Amino acid sequence: MSANKEAAPALEVHNLTATYDRQPVLWDIDFSLPEGSLAGILGPNGSGKTTLLRNIMGLMQPDSGYVRLLGQDLAKVRAQVSYVPQRESVDWNFPVSVSEVVAMGRYGPGKLLRRLRRQDRDIIEEAMERTGILPLAHRHISQLSGGQQQRVFIARALAQQAQIYLMDEPFVGVDAATEEAILNLLGEMKNRGHTVIMVHHDLQTAQDFFDQAVLLQTRLVAAGPVETVLNKENLQQAYGGRLNVLSKVGQLAAEKQFPLREKAFRERKKPAHGESD
Amino acid sequence: MTIEGLYIIIAAMLIAASSALVGSFLILRKMSMMGDAISHAVLPGIVFAFLLSGSRAGLPMLLGAAATGVLASLLIELLYRKAQLPQDASIGITFTWLFALGVIFISSYTGQVDLDQECVLYGEIALVPLDWLYTGAGSAIAPRAIVYGVVLLLVVGVYLLLGYRGLLITSFQNDFAAALGISTAFWHFSFMSLVSVTTVLSFETVGAILILAFLVVPPATAYLMTQRLRVMLVWAVFWGLLAAVEGYFLARWIDGSIAGAMASVAGLNFMGVALVKQVLKRKKRATAFHTAAVK
Repeated sequence: MSANKEAAPALEVHNLTATYDRQPVLWDIDFSLPEGSLAGILGPNGSGKTTLLRNIMGLMQPDSGYVRLLGQDLAKVRAQVSYVPQRESVDWNFPVSVSEVVAMGRYGPGKLLRRLRRQDRDIIEEAMERTGILPLAHRHISQLSGGQQQRVFIARALAQQAQIYLMDEPFVGVDAATEEAILNLLGEMKNRGHTVIMVHHDLQTAQDFFDQAVLLQTRLVAAGPVETVLNKENLQQAYGGRLNVLSKVGQLAAEKQFPLREKAFRERKKPAHGESD
Repeated sequence: MTIEGLYIIIAAMLIAASSALVGSFLILRKMSMMGDAISHAVLPGIVFAFLLSGSRAGLPMLLGAAATGVLASLLIELLYRKAQLPQDASIGITFTWLFALGVIFISSYTGQVDLDQECVLYGEIALVPLDWLYTGAGSAIAPRAIVYGVVLLLVVGVYLLLGYRGLLITSFQNDFAAALGISTAFWHFSFMSLVSVTTVLSFETVGAILILAFLVVPPATAYLMTQRLRVMLVWAVFWGLLAAVEGYFLARWIDGSIAGAMASVAGLNFMGVALVKQVLKRKKRATAFHTAAVK
């Protein structure tokens, strides 16, 4: 890895403003995330979380501002950036099998015309192995549970072998086994120095999942280490009046009086921290 | 069967096979009505090119029609994205407008020449054996519709062989393809051009209206039968070919429109498959219920 890459943050968003129908959805967003972070994009419904992700991925043009990934334009580092869209964004009756969807992670401009190589197939198989869907490789995608569908998308992202992973709500509607599998993977990716940035709507788990957080409410409320972002004032500002219950939860979580996740996860996470320190 | 009958069947089969392949992706892209729109919208292009070149044959006609087909898909995109109209309304506005232009052109300018509305709308497959293509030296090659059909099948085959992955990924998840840096606009418009070319090369034979039956019905039948794309393509071609053959003999029997009979038979085949599927499903459910009850 070049020195240049290590110096630049994984993601920089500069004065980004985006609108739908002249209604601002994101207003003057400005933050950066260091490489190797596990970051959550948080905020209430309609606060622009998914829009932010779409702007980062170049799927939507911002009205002003710009985004840098690994210090570069997206066009230059596209191969280093992998995108996991929301599960509802596809027709699960589409006639393809699990392995065919995962194989799409190996597609790309200039790679569409040639057959997949032996090496590509190995990568695809490894990605399915790591997400625990190898036994389902030949199944049609309509025969999967919600959690399995999510794992197919994550396997496809892994098959891209990128540095940065952008995920849109990967925990929505998944079963406990999948949640566990995803959390394991996140830890693994972090240990390899990869950056994971995900849209997440569940404040209760945010504290446990992430080390960095970006709190949105059309404007940027706060960004930085998760424990400094998720304090009472910020949450109040983001969630406003809806907040009585949520702010209490946030506060309680901050004070760690409340075992939000099962113990096993905390125990698993701690040694990982120890290693990276 | 006469040699004329054989020519008609071969011409229809070539069109059916190409349309089934193209139509399968139309269905998967949820754009069946886009096929309808394009097949109607090519009309002004056909007439315009005909008026300019004075001939029904050859490249000008093909290019004119393909151009209006792409123009139609551009207009639809424009209305959908810029005017923020729902996509079905954008399609409805665009193709009726272009089609109407074509109807005006035909009715007011081409009265003196050989291009009539009926031929354009319904095609005239019965004339296939009468219209031959000749070499420069004047010797006959083959009926024109058959030569066109072979060319079309080659074009479609080559496009799908080269573009299979590109079409697959953009049909399955356009956003993900875009995130990989794949040009989704290229795949959209090249595919729309292919639909236009398919329509143009087939319209004289089956007409601008019935071509949709060839584009949509056989692939829809195949879609019911399998969950594998490659298998679906094979079945779609099979149902297209079957409809061409069955339709020809039905038309001979009732002494009616050949293209009409082919489209009707395709619909009947579809209903047959849908029915069988329902029965099998119910049987399966009943068996499952039965085993559960026994336990």
